[in-house]
Amino acid sequence: MTIPHIIEQVVFYFSAIMVVISGIMVIAQRNPVRGALALVLAFVFSAVLWILLESEFLALALIFVYVGAVMTLFLFVVMMLDMDIEPMKRNFVRYLPIGLFISVLVLAFMIYVVAPEHFGLSKYAKPLHASAAYSNVKELGHVLYTKFVYPFELAAVLLLVAMVSAISLALPVVRERKLQNPAEQVMVKREDRIRLVNVPSEKRID
Amino acid sequence: MTTATPNLLLVLPELVLLGMACCILLVDVCLSEQRKFITYGLVQLSLVAVLVILFLHYNTATTFTFSKMFVIDKLGNLMKISMVFVVLFIFLFSRNYLKENKIPRGEFYVLGMLSLLGMMVLVSTNDFITLYLGLELLTLPMIAMVALQRESAQASEAAIKFFVMSALASGILLYGLSLLYGMTATLNIVQMSQIIPSLSNAQYPVLLLSLVFVVIGICFKIGAVPFHMWLPDVYAGAPNPITLFVSSAPKIAGLAMGIRLLVSGMPGLHIEWQALLIVIAALSIGLGNLVAVAQSNFKRMLAYSSIAHMGYMLLGLLAATQMGYSAAVFYALVYAVMALGAFAILVILSRNGIEVENIRDLRGLNSRSPWLAFLMLLILFSMAGIPPLAGFFTKVGVIEALIGVHLIWLAVYAILFAVIGCYYYIRVVKEMYFEEPETDVAITYPLDARIAISINGLFVLVLGIFPGWLFALCRAAFGA
Repeated sequence: MTIPHIIEQVVFYFSAIMVVISGIMVIAQRNPVRGALALVLAFVFSAVLWILLESEFLALALIFVYVGAVMTLFLFVVMMLDMDIEPMKRNFVRYLPIGLFISVLVLAFMIYVVAPEHFGLSKYAKPLHASAAYSNVKELGHVLYTKFVYPFELAAVLLLVAMVSAISLALPVVRERKLQNPAEQVMVKREDRIRLVNVPSEKRID
Repeated sequence: MTTATPNLLLVLPELVLLGMACCILLVDVCLSEQRKFITYGLVQLSLVAVLVILFLHYNTATTFTFSKMFVIDKLGNLMKISMVFVVLFIFLFSRNYLKENKIPRGEFYVLGMLSLLGMMVLVSTNDFITLYLGLELLTLPMIAMVALQRESAQASEAAIKFFVMSALASGILLYGLSLLYGMTATLNIVQMSQIIPSLSNAQYPVLLLSLVFVVIGICFKIGAVPFHMWLPDVYAGAPNPITLFVSSAPKIAGLAMGIRLLVSGMPGLHIEWQALLIVIAALSIGLGNLVAVAQSNFKRMLAYSSIAHMGYMLLGLLAATQMGYSAAVFYALVYAVMALGAFAILVILSRNGIEVENIRDLRGLNSRSPWLAFLMLLILFSMAGIPPLAGFFTKVGVIEALIGVHLIWLAVYAILFAVIGCYYYIRVVKEMYFEEPETDVAITYPLDARIAISINGLFVLVLGIFPGWLFALCRAAFGA
């Protein structure tokens, strides 16, 4: 094992463990602001993992878009909302057993599935290191508008949907005045307005 | 590096739909409230244009384009045509309701069109990425539509439930798809079907697990037991026209997703997914029919009935024969028409901000509007599966397919629960015909809705008398 190799391993294990720890912190924190900050931490360490996989563009996009834009916005929202999370935590103990059971089940499944006998190095060879001249961005640029143009455009439509829905859900309702419907007024029939009821006449009481 | 130029002619319907949706978005903003009818006209005009293109394309042989991510075939065309028809009718029925209840109309139409686009993408997908994007494009606008009536707390609650559930379902589906990708190293569905048989035995458990995740994802989306919890709440919580949208066309798209993933993608694993689907279908039919009996809210009743119907539809899919697939498609198409009619009558009856949603509200409908009552009777009897109507032949189709693969016990079980299901449909008919109305407010609705609902109701009858042509089209879609 060479020195760079060992460094790579150390960086990998450190960031992987940190991703898990900060992931747990996101849901375990009492203060939602701290939870959001823990999520930022999780993103940063996931970005480190991306870098180890030599996809620098994705790593940077993760930092720029998620940490820089989305999470900042999210933090603002969390700080502006005056949330009382105590009622939400009230049922925590009650739902803990079922939650733990499902988490353990999913974890066991994941460990079993991603185990070396299914996805180990003997099945899938280790990817080679790219040469120094290799540009991640350039390769993405080559396929984004050619091979993947269809999903790329669909993703754009998805963003349009998000925009239209956000605006239509947040725009203040225009208070309308009451309008008459002339067509209905012209079409009105006598039966719609007046109802003739046969009231049986009362017997005279003497 | 060279890539073949995509054949844009094949995606012309989708392009027209997307282009018109964007144009309508721009036009609608500039229109005053009195001129909103222009938006409506443009929407319907573009849907008709899409229909015309689809009809002209109908007989195209199976072709792939966009790096084999997009497939055009008879099955896709048949489903797309029916979905566009259904959405056209939905918009027609909703027009008056939206105006009276002050739901933003332009947004409703645009979101509806984009959701339709998602359905069309999903129907002709041959790739995991486009499958996922199509699914999200189908679901997200619907969630926003559910929440469009902002004053209603019930609608917001339904939207949140819908959102959380569909996010969970997407997550599970993605987990399954990523495992499949890990094993086969391809995102292409047809290619995957060729690689799966060559996988080693050691990979089998992983394959099975990913199959389970994929099936869970599909069942979440069509709302089959045990992944149905969101359905009754969304149906009951959403305003009537939106329930109309959620309940009809997306079911066809959901079936298309099932066919693309299971039938085209994993034909070699059909014994495994058959076993899974038998359990899900049996539970859906049982629970859907039994719980529907106890409902007093008509929309909730129809939600549970839709769960049962999805179970019947899965029966055709799990038979894993050409006959079964075509029966399932036939079921989905006819079910969409029936759900359209049933909810459309609720939309028509809801006037002046009063939501008609309880079975009690239908009491004595016959004396208020005999024609609407008769159409509702046709649709309900068809849903129950009573002979001269279309719903009968859908059930015959799936049960015939089941007998063809010697699943006699399941066929008997399905028929048994269909009989139980008759009870709650007939109960509504009894309320309509043999009870006194609670109000005698006159029912008025515009001429176009009158014509459309008549076409819809009578279609169920005519299709019941002449089911052959649609059945033949469904058969032809699977090359039989």
